[in-house]
This record gives sequence, C-alpha cells and structure tokens, in this order.
Amino acid sequence: MTELKRTPLNEIHRSLGGKMVDFAGWDMPVQYEGTMQEHIAVRTKVGLFDVSHMGEIELKGRDALALVQKVTCNDASKLQDNQIQYSGLMTENGAFVDDLLVHRFSDEHFFLCVNASNSDKDFDYIKSQVDSFDVEVINSSNDYFQIALQGKLSEEILQSLTDADLSKVKYYWMTKGSVVGVPSIITRTGYTGEDGFEIYGAPDEAVKVWNAVLEAGRPKGMVPTGLAARNTLRLEAKMMLYGNDIDETTTALEADLGWIVKLAKGDFIGRAVLAKQKEEGVSRKIVGFEVLDRAPVRDGYPVIVDGVEYGKVTSGSPSPYLKKNIGLAYLPFEKAKVGQEFAVCVRGREVAARVVETPFYKRSKI
Amino acid sequence: MGNYPDNLLYTKDHEWLRVDGERATVGITYFAQSELGDIVYVELPRVGDRLSQQEPLGSVESVKTVSEVFMPVSGLIEEINEKLADSPELVNDDPYGDGWMIVIKIDNPSELDALMSVVEYEDLLSEGKEH
Repeated sequence: MTELKRTPLNEIHRSLGGKMVDFAGWDMPVQYEGTMQEHIAVRTKVGLFDVSHMGEIELKGRDALALVQKVTCNDASKLQDNQIQYSGLMTENGAFVDDLLVHRFSDEHFFLCVNASNSDKDFDYIKSQVDSFDVEVINSSNDYFQIALQGKLSEEILQSLTDADLSKVKYYWMTKGSVVGVPSIITRTGYTGEDGFEIYGAPDEAVKVWNAVLEAGRPKGMVPTGLAARNTLRLEAKMMLYGNDIDETTTALEADLGWIVKLAKGDFIGRAVLAKQKEEGVSRKIVGFEVLDRAPVRDGYPVIVDGVEYGKVTSGSPSPYLKKNIGLAYLPFEKAKVGQEFAVCVRGREVAARVVETPFYKRSKI
Repeated sequence: MGNYPDNLLYTKDHEWLRVDGERATVGITYFAQSELGDIVYVELPRVGDRLSQQEPLGSVESVKTVSEVFMPVSGLIEEINEKLADSPELVNDDPYGDGWMIVIKIDNPSELDALMSVVEYEDLLSEGKEH
C-alpha cells in the first residue's frame, strides 16, 4: 500500500478534530464536527475548506491559448486577462478526460485547476497534444496550497486580511494580492453553489493563511468544512463530480453541459462527435431527481426504468439544506424530462423517484 | 463515562441489548451514533420477521454514510420503534432511551453468552483508540 499524500494543512486538520480518510490517494478530512452543521454553515454563513489536493497545470508560451483551445470544449478566446471559465478536457469522443477551471493570466499564460485524481493523467494528455505549438506545459500541483472560503460572509472576512479590493473581483474572475502578507492568487470561484473565494499560494505559507482566515472567520460563524459537506453542497448545486457523474464515457452533451460546448470556436478534440450529437440528439442525458420515499439513495444504486435496470445513480445523498433525498442519474433521452418518474433499487426494494428542475439549490443573488 | 450503561449487553458491531425475561430491547450504542453523526434515516424490520444472530436487522443512515445494524441474538421481531420514521435523530439524542429500535423475543438464551459486558465493551472501544 502506498503512503497517502498529505497537504501542508494535514496536521491542522488533525488538531481541529478532522476525521481523516483516503480520498483519491490523499489523507483528507471528511468532516470535523459534523457534516450537517458544516453544510448549513456554508449555506447560511461561511465555511473554510482545504482543497490543496486539487491539481494545477500551467501553460506558458506564445501558443498557450491555441493549446487550451485544442484540448478543451469551451471557448477560452473569450476570456480576458484574470477571467476564469469552467470547461472540459475532452477525449476524441467528446467525453471527459477531466473537468476543470481555465484561468487566464494572459494569452501566453493559462492556469488550469484540475481534479486531484486526474492531475497526472491530464498533464500527460495535454503534453501529448503540444505538437508544434510553442508552449511549455508545467505540472505545478506541488507548488500551491489551495483553500476555499465559501458562503455569503466570505468577502467581508477575506477583505479584512488582504490588500486586494475584493469588491472589484466578480464571480469567475481573479486577482493577485497579498493575504496576511502571503503573495496569493485570489479567485472568486468554488464548488458549493455559494459566493466565495479560493486562495492559491506557496505550500510553506498554507498554515499561516489558513489560521489567519479561520481566526478572522470564527467570530462570524466560520467552521472548517470537510469533504463530505463539500460533496453534498456541490450536489445541491448540481455541479458535476468527476468519476461519478462524468468520466471518459459520458459526453459533455449527455452530461447536460451544452453551455460549455462551443462548436463555433473552431476545431478541438472531440468536436466531431459533439457536433454530431448536437445535430442528431443524445440517447441519454443526466437528470436531477428527488426520491419519493424516506430512504436516501446513494452513489451506485441501480436505476430502474420501465422495470429494466438502466445504469446507476451517479450521485445520491440526503440533502442537508433541502431536507430531501436527491440524486443525479442518466436516463434515456425521452425520459429525461421534469416530472418523469422512475425507480431506484434500495437494498432490494424499489423506491420511486421523480425528475426535478435543477440545480436543486440556487443562491439568491443580491 | 456514563455513555455505556452497565445493565446492558453489547456487541462488537456496537449494538446494545437490554434483556427483560425472554424479551430484549435493541439499539445502537453512544459510540455508534457519534461515529455516524446526524442520523437522517432508520430502516427497521417488520414486526413478525424472524431473524438470526448477526443477520442485518436494518440500517442507520447519516448524511454521508449507510451503516447496517445486526441482530445481537436470534429472535422474533415483536415491536419496532415507529417514532424513528419521523424522528430518526432520537437515535443521536437518546440512544438507550427514545432511540431504541426493536423489541425481540429471544429464540435461544444461550446466544447471550457471546455478547459483551460493559467492561468488555469499553475495553474494545479503548483498544480501537490506540490504533
């Protein structure tokens, strides 16, 4: 058994009472005091996450933009400096090598935030697509800590610790700034459906920044938040989890992510398949559903459509905020409509579920 | 401690059993509910089911996980705690009282010999902490 990787905040999690688990080869806190209260703190106030396990890949050089355009499905040419977009790293079949955030510092410097479990695969894949492009591909995953403040109080807490003017940083934009004296990249992004910020900086400074943020946030109700709440928060917001909801067999259109598929931008890997699917339609599509039963459904439970097993629940959980049992699953396209009922098999018993509007939770914008 | 009453029997899977003549009440221990966190769903057997020792009698679910509950000894299910359908949090709030799960009629009292006293159970828990 190989040793689990540790983020620079590992000791802090243990001292805060974090229950540590193996997550994609990383020793990470699944919860501290309790998933329910951590989830509710993020929805109503603010939570603090260590997401240093996430991978970072940088593209530098004259053809950085061209390489991003080739390997991803969204249109990175629309980005201005310091702007960020959600995108997909595509296979030839228009499916996901990974999903990622593309950050543009300049047209010659892009910064990709990728899933922890995929960072080596993504790096090798992107490098394999360089061809004659004038670009350097750098796996920077060990060069950054990453923490996330998520929730409506994030701005006021972080603003008290930084010289950057956060009121000028819009959602999916970023700035460089100093956080308690530590040079940082501050992005207005997250994986919870709330407003919030992610901070990237040198690993040696992680403890200093984490402690300062938590100390400033505690009086306002901030709690350290583990991976279990991160999962339920992102599920309520219907944000995809790689390996569950999307992978190398699910296309961007099947995953209902047509809004990141920009066929008009020109050629990219996977474009032909996606163009054909857009023209002819997909045979299946992901949906959000509510369970019409008290029993929660979980990842991997069989989905039953017209009495026949049709795949598995890709993500399923009790929703701490909505107090319902919710989930995501792929259904045949003609069944993937709001109001459609189907069944999920829970320990041998079929329970009814109904397709609902998504996201399950949407924050009210001020 | 106070978290583990001395008039109960315990299993290694963290169930407790309160014997009253040929009947017994069954639930999960303080340790089990605190490991799970906020309980959001409890699945129980039907009255009239007959289950063997170690067979799953149902499950307890928190936001993040599902945990099976096992029969401490073989028996007939005579009562289930109907309140847990609407108020699963009773298992957190009062694991040995209002959070009880089932009442069984014990098939074979000799199976009780395999269960642990409070002293043995607390030893098991403290061994776990050393790992």
